[in-house]
Amino acid sequence: MELIKTLWQWYIAGPLIGLFVPFFLLFGNKMFGISSSFDYICSVVFPANKKESSKQFLEKNRWKFFFVLGITLGGFLANFYLSDTPVKFLPESYHSILGYVKLFGGGLLVGFGTRYANGCTSGHSIAGIATLQKSGLIATICFFIGGLLMTYLFF
Amino acid sequence: MKDLKYILPGVLFGIILTKSQVISWFRINDMFRFKELHMYLIISSAIAVALAAYLLIKKFKVNDISGNKIAIAEKEMNKGVIIGGVIFGLGWAITGACPGPIFAQIGGGELPAVFTLIGAITGAYLYSRLKSKLPH
Repeated sequence: MELIKTLWQWYIAGPLIGLFVPFFLLFGNKMFGISSSFDYICSVVFPANKKESSKQFLEKNRWKFFFVLGITLGGFLANFYLSDTPVKFLPESYHSILGYVKLFGGGLLVGFGTRYANGCTSGHSIAGIATLQKSGLIATICFFIGGLLMTYLFF
Repeated sequence: MKDLKYILPGVLFGIILTKSQVISWFRINDMFRFKELHMYLIISSAIAVALAAYLLIKKFKVNDISGNKIAIAEKEMNKGVIIGGVIFGLGWAITGACPGPIFAQIGGGELPAVFTLIGAITGAYLYSRLKSKLPH
């Protein structure tokens, strides 16, 4: 129990994360990926076109909503019940009006960029590379180019 | 509600992300500053395990639990992967969260991440509106 409550090392967490790819393939015949859940939430909150508001689209993608709802619940359980003291994940400066604006702006880039690139860290970097797709590798390199640029210019 | 069951792998995934702190802005910053290997080792060992499983599935022609052939959707390589990829990277470094971790940060009590989520959904909406005008 004590081991569970401390930081999980890479050799535990990494392989467990990797297992989600075959898990989704075997149990749902689905390609693992999270950013497409934004499309689903989007199509419920403000549908952009007829295709997205169609019953078929909504039904096919509804599982994504429950998956990310689960992630939220998992974050709660992990930080408040499976940790000795809850860990802070954001800098103190983000708990301010300016911080909210930065997070909103950053979120805008995350949502726009992942949909434009047709995937994120899970869909491209993990599932994409693992299924030997060229786009997965190129996308991952581009994620890092963007991340390095922002980190060295502004942080 | 046949989709309700997906909450379970979601909870597991959220716990793993949170307990290994890949949802931490500080870990992401350390990754981009090449200060520690934690994130690199997690991402590469995740890829290694997923790749091994994929090769096994392919070699033994394993079907899914309903007996259907496993279909791997080919992701098209286009300009969007490059331009969108860089745009996402910029946002990743600001928010310290890729899409999955946004939800885990909120659950983990970092309520400002709600703004990240609202931004991300708005960004996805903007993309779907501008899609036809953007280079792909």
